Amino acid sequence: MMLRSILLLAMIAAPRSAAADEIRFNRDVRPILSEHCWQCHGPDEANRQGELRLDDRDQAILDHGNGATIVPGEAANSLLMQRVTSDDDGERMPPVDHGPPLASKEIETLRRWIDEGAHFEGHWAFLPITNPAPPAIESGESAHNPIDHFVLKRLHESGLRASPEADKRTLLRRVYLDLIGLPPTPEEADAFERDTRPEAYEEVVERLLQSPHYGERWGRHWLDQARYADSNGYTIDAVRVMWPYRDWVIRALNADMPFDQFTIEQLAGDLLPDATREQRIATGFHRNTLINQEGGVDDEQFRIETVMDRVATTGAVWLGLTIGCAQCHTHKYDPISHREYYQFFAFFNNCEDMNNVGPTVDVHEGELFLPEESTPLHDALNNGLAHVEHLIAQRPARRAAWEQELAAKLQATASTPPPQWNTVPIRSATAEAATFTVLEDQSVLATPGIPRETYLIDAAQLVPGTKVGSLRLRFIPHESLPKQGPGLATNGNLVLSAVEVYLGEERLALVAASADHAQKDYPVDSLIDDDSGTGWSINVEPGSIAQMNAEHVVILTLGSQVDVGDRPLRFVLKHELNNDFNVGRVQFSVAEEVVDPLTDPVFVAALMVEDAQRSGEQRKLIEGKFDAGDQDLKAARAQLESVRVQLDLGPTVKTMVLREASPPRNTFLLKRGDFLQPDKDAGPLTAGVPQTFPPPTPRADGGAFDRFDLAHWLVAKDNPLTARVTVNRVWMHYFGRGLVETENDLGTRGSAPTHPELLDWLAWNFMKQGWSLKSLHRTIVTSATYRQSSHAREDAVAVDPLNLLLARQNRLRLEGEIVRDVALSASGKLSAKVGGPGSHPPQPDGVYAFTQNKKVWRTETGEGRYRRGMYTMFYRSAPYPMLSTFDAPDFQSVCTRRQRSNTPLQALTMANDVAMYELAQELAARALEQFPDSEPDALENRVKLIFERALSRPPQPSELKMVIDSLARSNAAEASDEQSRWTAVARAVMNTDEFITRE
Amino acid sequence: MNPAALRATTRRHFFGDCRVGLGALALGQLLGDAQTAGAATGAQISGANAPHCPARAKRVIYLFMAGAPSQFELFDYKPELQKHDGEPAPDAFFPKEKSFAFIGKGAKLLGTQRKFAKHGACGVELSELLPHMATIADDACWIKSMKTDVFNHGPAKLFMNTGFQAPGRPSFGSWVIYGIGSEAEDLPGFVVLQSGPRGPRAGNSLWSSGFLPTNLQGVPFRGTGDAILNLRSPEGWSPARQREFVDLTNQLNRERLQLTGDPEIATRINAYEMAFRMQTSAPELMELADEPAHVLAAYGAEPGQASFANNCLLARRLIERGVRFVQLYHTDWDDHGGPNENLGEPLARRCRQIDQPCAALVKDLKVRGLLEDTIVIWGGEFGRTPMGEVREGIPGRDHHVEAFTIWVAGGGFKPGHIQGVTDDFGYFAVDGQVHVHDLHATLLHQLGFDHKQLTYRFQGRDHRLTDVHGAVRHELLS
Repeated sequence: MMLRSILLLAMIAAPRSAAADEIRFNRDVRPILSEHCWQCHGPDEANRQGELRLDDRDQAILDHGNGATIVPGEAANSLLMQRVTSDDDGERMPPVDHGPPLASKEIETLRRWIDEGAHFEGHWAFLPITNPAPPAIESGESAHNPIDHFVLKRLHESGLRASPEADKRTLLRRVYLDLIGLPPTPEEADAFERDTRPEAYEEVVERLLQSPHYGERWGRHWLDQARYADSNGYTIDAVRVMWPYRDWVIRALNADMPFDQFTIEQLAGDLLPDATREQRIATGFHRNTLINQEGGVDDEQFRIETVMDRVATTGAVWLGLTIGCAQCHTHKYDPISHREYYQFFAFFNNCEDMNNVGPTVDVHEGELFLPEESTPLHDALNNGLAHVEHLIAQRPARRAAWEQELAAKLQATASTPPPQWNTVPIRSATAEAATFTVLEDQSVLATPGIPRETYLIDAAQLVPGTKVGSLRLRFIPHESLPKQGPGLATNGNLVLSAVEVYLGEERLALVAASADHAQKDYPVDSLIDDDSGTGWSINVEPGSIAQMNAEHVVILTLGSQVDVGDRPLRFVLKHELNNDFNVGRVQFSVAEEVVDPLTDPVFVAALMVEDAQRSGEQRKLIEGKFDAGDQDLKAARAQLESVRVQLDLGPTVKTMVLREASPPRNTFLLKRGDFLQPDKDAGPLTAGVPQTFPPPTPRADGGAFDRFDLAHWLVAKDNPLTARVTVNRVWMHYFGRGLVETENDLGTRGSAPTHPELLDWLAWNFMKQGWSLKSLHRTIVTSATYRQSSHAREDAVAVDPLNLLLARQNRLRLEGEIVRDVALSASGKLSAKVGGPGSHPPQPDGVYAFTQNKKVWRTETGEGRYRRGMYTMFYRSAPYPMLSTFDAPDFQSVCTRRQRSNTPLQALTMANDVAMYELAQELAARALEQFPDSEPDALENRVKLIFERALSRPPQPSELKMVIDSLARSNAAEASDEQSRWTAVARAVMNTDEFITRE
Repeated sequence: MNPAALRATTRRHFFGDCRVGLGALALGQLLGDAQTAGAATGAQISGANAPHCPARAKRVIYLFMAGAPSQFELFDYKPELQKHDGEPAPDAFFPKEKSFAFIGKGAKLLGTQRKFAKHGACGVELSELLPHMATIADDACWIKSMKTDVFNHGPAKLFMNTGFQAPGRPSFGSWVIYGIGSEAEDLPGFVVLQSGPRGPRAGNSLWSSGFLPTNLQGVPFRGTGDAILNLRSPEGWSPARQREFVDLTNQLNRERLQLTGDPEIATRINAYEMAFRMQTSAPELMELADEPAHVLAAYGAEPGQASFANNCLLARRLIERGVRFVQLYHTDWDDHGGPNENLGEPLARRCRQIDQPCAALVKDLKVRGLLEDTIVIWGGEFGRTPMGEVREGIPGRDHHVEAFTIWVAGGGFKPGHIQGVTDDFGYFAVDGQVHVHDLHATLLHQLGFDHKQLTYRFQGRDHRLTDVHGAVRHELLS
């Protein structure tokens, strides 16, 4: 495709460059050298053959003794010409195993170029962006803005004229679909058709740019590049919470955040002075990398994979370069050395996250869409969150103080006698399905009931006046239990998510918990944290001296001693985390003392060790104890919670963000890109950008560069790539193809721009207008070029079969998400809700037959059933089938351009998919309801309604006849009901090519 | 065949372009290309799709044993390992630069409990767990010296399928369809089947087309019921009504085609026709009950029951209908030890599930003359360690990348050949090592392609299945 475009372009350009025109290096010569020569005679030293460089004039004209490869002005004396024209297979370049000989036309180009002086030019995309003046146009040609001047000039040179403007309904549907991804309503289409004022179209454009759906439409394009998805990828592919990042993108675009700021916040929002929470959420951009949760993986290996992905993605998204090519060796075509790759790598190598562990930010559902202006509640929310953040940031210091205080206290109370534990007699134990036996020692033995059951265990009346300061739970093995353990899991384990203790109606506050043992990632504090998503469990790590199937003890401490009085004591044991991991046997005791869980001997031993000397386990234990007793933080969170409720926000979630590791990591060049082969001899590398580009601004503090500098460098005015790449991709979405066809490769092997001056004009003005994307959209969609008809033009085909010169618009099949959106719009069921967690619309049975784990998919019945396609829950290992069928990528890596296939699987989906069929039924029901049989012209009106809702236009008379005839045939053939017959009509219209196409 | 003609064949395959034959719209070929995001880039630039060497094989059936079966219990008998059973493995087995997924220093050598015997004229040694495979001893080429680079399941499966351990690259099957296209009139060129308790780790990225056009990706078929999602018309739609629906849809499409002149609409009209045909042809494909009783018995297939045996029979029916590449995943061979995944009954049960149908498939293809130009591959993503891994007192084996066994039959692979030898403990291949990249290169060679020339340009680089590695191993070929 690429080469074909180049050839066609060359063909189209032929009249201009004929004979008299001089050879231009970038246009004519570079493609030949790049394609055939530079792999062995280019920038890559390791692969360079015969000491010869053909990418550098000084080197190429050197005479090493037997003549120079290139003698400027003398093609006949240049070795290059002898070698490419030789008849001897052993002599001729390129070598036989590297490809066919040069075409005679290519040889002629090289000859003329050398004869004309062999002038080199830098690669066009690396040269500074210019501000070309729009060319004059012929009288009689119509132009709305400078875009049209550039386009018309090229058309004129090729003897073509632009197409007329599309009809009003087509134009309206086009600009709706392009700007907000939804079709106009029939009423909006009617009104626009009637509105003959010249400014009518511009007004529509303004209205759409202000629509909240604009951010959804263009956010989705951006999310492709951000490789956003709702699961971790690889084999386990568990659900992740990243939708706050997605919502941040929608919000930022709706606010028309300047693209330079948009860039900086996503790449380095956390490093901005006084970074706001929103700015940190923005850094989720680079947390959309995959996480491998498989057992036995080397986390460092997958951390490195992540960093490499961040490099490749940054290169593709902002620079339009294939930086990843230099991962194993110096780039063969573009000026990026192996070493420079790892300098770029160093920008991201200091991110703290390590495979499945990394920093997060708390965010509330709905928060990102609160109005911008501040209200007392909104301030309280931000202050509350800031306070919580502050406490968390201060945690190490606060913990150190606490440790000191504690150590002193422990020394003072070293002689305190151990508490007296009194076994609690049990009256009864109940659950939904499990049954219980109270054993002689007053322990309760359970039989398996149903998954995730809650146990209610009531004590017999205690002696009135008993005082309770602490509770003890002993989980005792029993021979009747699996593996003679204390739990009901097949291996003897148990996972308890919460213990609640009640005295009569009063729920006792539990302030601390300790245990003799806790499974990795299942700390005992889970029992009292009011989080059903955490639990305490007893399995052991390989090599551990602890045993799973032995007695385990948990001690819970009350805030203060209570008098039981004559109130009944009840224990509630919850198992909310895992199926079939319920408790098997448990015994309860109480003590008068408010036992300090911190007197637990293992803990005391850990506390007495110097922080630096502590084992990982000891550190975890101490951190856990501190966190569990952190009343400051708990109070701050409670305060925040009340604000959240008042603001009517959803629950708190944690979204993944970037943070710099401390102390910083060293970056080494990895030989062959292998994480096991760091080149330590060469020493650590500092972060930097390839030499071929202007360097980042030196830091005021003189320190090493980090992501903050990288982000600013990407959007610096003298960066030649970012603005070009960005406007090119925006253009691509409007015309199906960028001005540079290879939108992800503006390097030397990419294709040349069809309209180089227009590209620079757009890029220059994009920056000049403050990097405003909305201004860029406005400029493009109000141009005459954009507004042209997309109908094929026989006269243009011969000259420009691929429509590279834009003598007309292109018909573009809609993206999968938008196909769903137009169906929802046609049916009238579309939910206008913006943002929030992913939704679960109906999907066909059997989607998970091929995944390692069955995914949870509870098909929604409410609003979630009808949300826009971009909100559909996206599992990387098993995507929503309709989206994949319509070419949605699987977001394993950056996607800068989607394919547009046209396949029978798409036909089966549109025709038979449960979700699509349901919407066709809805559309038919609407038609029937609005035009009952009693109405005059009910038939015609129903057809008209279906067409207008689905296609934004009334049917042609011929189409109306086709539908009515088909209805007549189905009446004759089958005695189905009205709803069913009209569903047939709606279904057919929703299956037309036009329905899923932007014309 | 010239590249253009071949390309046309490629594009004619079911999930591709359906506009071939619409002579009136020859323009569509050109215009359509522009809109399929560089679908033919590789072909056009390098002419890569023309065969580079004579093709010995036309299609592939890949029996993927997901989870990695133990070569020590099935293929690679080591008397020395038996002798030292239970002794701690030498420290040299745990070099510094190498890690295992779960075991470490101190793990003990583990001999096998299985009896072995030599089979066929070639005398390949096989365990008692594979009595049926023993009957194709002289039909298969036994590679006992496979080597891979990756020791976690997901990445290793990706490596075996795409030549890379990170997701995002085209799978072997996609490369094959990219290279030679598909003859199937109304089925995809690349079909994936699954049996066993769960899907393979790494999921759809194993049959992804990566950066190749999406119509080259593997299409999962379910072994029972409707093979493809959305194959069935909605409730209440008889074939006659569905026909009426397709007719009306296409009438409307033709009106639009006339107005806009966009050949994509002609493609869509054909797509609807083909989808409609497929609603009949796919169920017919799945009708295993149509097979004679003796064939069903040979495979051990039971119509209506999802099983590996049924999938083997389906694989034959698929290639008979022109499908190029059929991949069968059977889970789960990950025998680390413990009550449910060990080298005793769990392994024996999985062997019973696959032994007979694998052998039956090879024999059936041979009888029908299909084995000559069909490659059958059997194997997992890596092997297992000579050291035992003990979980809850029951031994198994950890992941091992240095040496393991696979076999390949048909398609010009040398029948009855035994490739490679491992050392006394089965740790390393000491002779005839075959790397995954070599296997890929050799398979492509048999399909008519030089692995160095079958390339696709993506992000400025010509990519290939074997990256910058691999060599054709002629000793495996007859």
